[in-house]
Amino acid sequence: MKDRPRLQDFDWILLAIVAAISVIGLLEIYSSTHSSNLAGMQWRQLTWIGIGFAAMCLIAMIDYHTLLDQAPALYVFGIGSLLVVLVLGYSRLGAKRWISLGGLVNLQVSEIMKLIIIIVLARYFTDVRTERLTLADLAKVGALTLVPVVLILKQPDLGTAMVLVPVALIGIFLAGIQWKHLAIGAVIIALLVPIAWNMRHYLKPYQQQRIQTFLHPEDNPRGSGYQILQSEIAVGSGGFWGKGFGKGSQNQLGFVPVRYSDFILAALAEEQGFIGVCVVLLLYLGLILRLVDNAQKSKDRAGMFIVMGVTAILGFHVLVNTSMVIGYMPVTGIPLPLMSYGGSSTAFVFLALGLVMNVRMRRFVN
Amino acid sequence: MSSWNVNDQRIPQGRLTLFSYLSVAFVIFLLIGFWKLQVIQSDHYADLAQKNGIRSIPIIAPRGPMLDRNGRVLVDSYPSFSVLLLRDNPKIIEKYLPQIEEGLNISPEDMKEQIEAARSEPRFMPVIIKSDASQADIAFVESHRIDIPVLDLMTVQRRHYPYGDMLANAIGYVGEVSPKELAGSDGRYKPGDIVGKAGLEKEYNHELEGTDGMRRVVVDSVGKVVRTLDNIPPVPGKPIQLTIDYNLQQVVEHDMDGKEGAVVAMDARTGAVLAMVSRPTFNPNDFAAGISPREWKKLNNDPETPLLNRAIQAQLAPGSVFKIVMATAMLESKAIPANYTVYCPGYAIFYGHLFHCDHPHGEVNLHKAIVVSCDVYFYNVGKLLGINRIAYYANALGLGHLTGIDLPGEEPGLVPSETWVERVYHHKWYPGSTISVAIGQGAVEATPIQLARMVAGVASGGMLAQPHLLKDDPNVKTTRFPISENTVQQVTEGMWGVVNEPDGTTAEQVKLKNIQFCGKTGTAQTMSYAEQKRLGVHLKENGWFVGYAPRVNPEIVVAALVQKGVWGSTSAAPIVRDVVKAYYDEKNGQTPQVSTAQNTPKPGASHSLVATGTGVPSARQLGAGVVDTGVPSAPASRAGVQTGAHHQ
Repeated sequence: MKDRPRLQDFDWILLAIVAAISVIGLLEIYSSTHSSNLAGMQWRQLTWIGIGFAAMCLIAMIDYHTLLDQAPALYVFGIGSLLVVLVLGYSRLGAKRWISLGGLVNLQVSEIMKLIIIIVLARYFTDVRTERLTLADLAKVGALTLVPVVLILKQPDLGTAMVLVPVALIGIFLAGIQWKHLAIGAVIIALLVPIAWNMRHYLKPYQQQRIQTFLHPEDNPRGSGYQILQSEIAVGSGGFWGKGFGKGSQNQLGFVPVRYSDFILAALAEEQGFIGVCVVLLLYLGLILRLVDNAQKSKDRAGMFIVMGVTAILGFHVLVNTSMVIGYMPVTGIPLPLMSYGGSSTAFVFLALGLVMNVRMRRFVN
Repeated sequence: MSSWNVNDQRIPQGRLTLFSYLSVAFVIFLLIGFWKLQVIQSDHYADLAQKNGIRSIPIIAPRGPMLDRNGRVLVDSYPSFSVLLLRDNPKIIEKYLPQIEEGLNISPEDMKEQIEAARSEPRFMPVIIKSDASQADIAFVESHRIDIPVLDLMTVQRRHYPYGDMLANAIGYVGEVSPKELAGSDGRYKPGDIVGKAGLEKEYNHELEGTDGMRRVVVDSVGKVVRTLDNIPPVPGKPIQLTIDYNLQQVVEHDMDGKEGAVVAMDARTGAVLAMVSRPTFNPNDFAAGISPREWKKLNNDPETPLLNRAIQAQLAPGSVFKIVMATAMLESKAIPANYTVYCPGYAIFYGHLFHCDHPHGEVNLHKAIVVSCDVYFYNVGKLLGINRIAYYANALGLGHLTGIDLPGEEPGLVPSETWVERVYHHKWYPGSTISVAIGQGAVEATPIQLARMVAGVASGGMLAQPHLLKDDPNVKTTRFPISENTVQQVTEGMWGVVNEPDGTTAEQVKLKNIQFCGKTGTAQTMSYAEQKRLGVHLKENGWFVGYAPRVNPEIVVAALVQKGVWGSTSAAPIVRDVVKAYYDEKNGQTPQVSTAQNTPKPGASHSLVATGTGVPSARQLGAGVVDTGVPSAPASRAGVQTGAHHQ
């Protein structure tokens, strides 16, 4: 390591995209809440963005190779924290996800776990040293991923638990899955899905209800079908040009569920129309493509896996959240990165981007 | 340096590029999803969004009142509260139902039924779960505005009949719009609307009902009203003024108390109905707050048919009242000389059958025949005229077809003729049937209002006014069937004799001082005696009296039918006398007194004055309505039965 990472190697284009999305998010949070008792939310969100930005710079400073060195320890720490949450964590909105740190900062441990799984899997895939993953490799990746997944499911938080899976899947794809394994996996999934779907009919109504509650813990008493419908009404009624900033009736009258957070895209779609949605989705596409570009230009295979882990998680968030807003997926509580209001999720996104910056800044470093 | 493979620099560029393409594909896929919602289905969702946030709260227009001819309020509306269930979000309602059911004392079954019934309605239309809410109900809704946000109150206008069953059969009643009426209303009505179902309420529903207003409000996702968009005030229904004279109506109501039958009093010159009573009757207030299906069934299936307005719907044999038609036909057709006489031995034989008369009247001319109501005389007149001539004059005098009164459900009665019997029974007319028809028996049927109109028409020289209840009704027309002065003279003198001559059928029991009170009695069999004998029953006859005053160009005409009253002279005539007297009393500036015209005055009979239901009229309103014998000779009328008033 002769040279220090240089400032001009910071990804300014990526940062511009992130800033644009964040500003749109802040404006929509303001629009959604300014006339309600939640007014002022945008300032808190801005604070988190500031904190997140600082954290991003900090994490970019620590050489990612050092982080990869510590992967086993980080993994143990992460799993331990999840266990502590299950035992000691306090409930909020019916799920144990939070550890109180000194009473001020409530950190959602599962967000930390997302970062840890990126690093751990990057380290694992680099260690494999081959372009052809064996069945044993796949099993190990599966085990590494499933332990935290199960622990997060127990909180219960299906959304965050699911988010870990694409990190493993994208990693496997890039590390070199054998086509026959891919085919076998596809067949198994194709068989399992209908079986699992039919299984639910053998459950008693209260068990089905429990599964329903488990799948949608964040539902308010009106049920997820109602939320999706209201979201669709908001999106559809926005039309091509939108109803105008602060003028979406679905949004302003509170028909859009959690309009400042998980359904912020519905609120935006109502007020800014299809045009606004195009702008936002193209910004996200730009973000993803820029991340992939960083992966392609990273100095080593380990760096590439880290960047693609981040890409997998952010892309999955955007895909699932957007699909939910237009009714293509059930309500699972996955926020839209950089736009949805929320401290932990914002902090995660910036920390994850910090990892990307980290890799990028060191691409010419020897 | 670490032991792990830190220097591996192989980057799977191809797979990363593939990932990029996949990302582009996903974004396109998502944009197509948005395109579908925001461009293709945009209107649909805009509509849903509109309904989501805007709630329409109807403001019910009060129905117009009904006034009597002097402006006294006979029918009114008063505001009452209905409890509404707001069901914009069906799922949150479930949660509150047990609380609501307990608080408003509604059974879960009823509640479920109410909600089910409104299922097809748009969700933003609230359901009425309780009408005519009590003070406690209102307090419950008001005090739970915050914790039960799905309840609301709506002011509704409820029909009120301050005099209870007075004039009920003419007024009719209101009720919820039926699915059939709803379908045919072109969106004018919505479920739960109150419309006139019978009588004047139905006939003048359009004038009375007004137009409901609407308050459109913006509500948020928990149903809280954010602001009022607009407020379309209701247009109250128009008042209608009736020709009814409250005072005369009260006289008739009192006289008919406990009887079965009908009375109709009319201004003979205009056809304006001054009083109309049908018994037995009902209380329209029972319908105003929504009648239960059970009560409705009971009323509707009652063999006494309290919902029937007998004044216009009872088609019965007119008995001897029909002799006025016969006398007119005889004189006008000139088929029989005016001085035609018949010897009455108390019976007569026609076509081999024996026909009775009440008395052997001896030598009888037309005047005496009307005064004593000699059947044998009119048998002969009938035989000489033939059925077709009788039918012609009966029809011309308004029998056999509708009078055109402004009430739904009027019956036409029946005037038999050769063509009628051929059409209905497919055989030739039996000449023997003419003999029965000649005294108002057999197939001939008439309603009380038709007989009143017929008698007034004859006495006025053929002016047949259209009976009506709406004051100043511009659509009223008078049918003219000119009758010669001579005929009018002879027939009305006969009717004067019925009341005022010693051998008249009323035996001078209903004479009125200073009033040219005339009339004709009738005692009609409801079934032929031969048929009754065959069945082994004895059915009481219906008593008729149609009276008017003065003798020519009458002002007032009254038809009274007392079913099972036997003698028209004793059952029906005193009622008509009371009404005519009350009419003149009022005309001379006195408040008519409710008299005891009944043969057997019941103790406490005056209770009919006290309106049932809520709005008891004040003593002032009732005027001198406290019972007293209006006619000193009234008790004597009882004796009239024994003295054998001639009849038929």
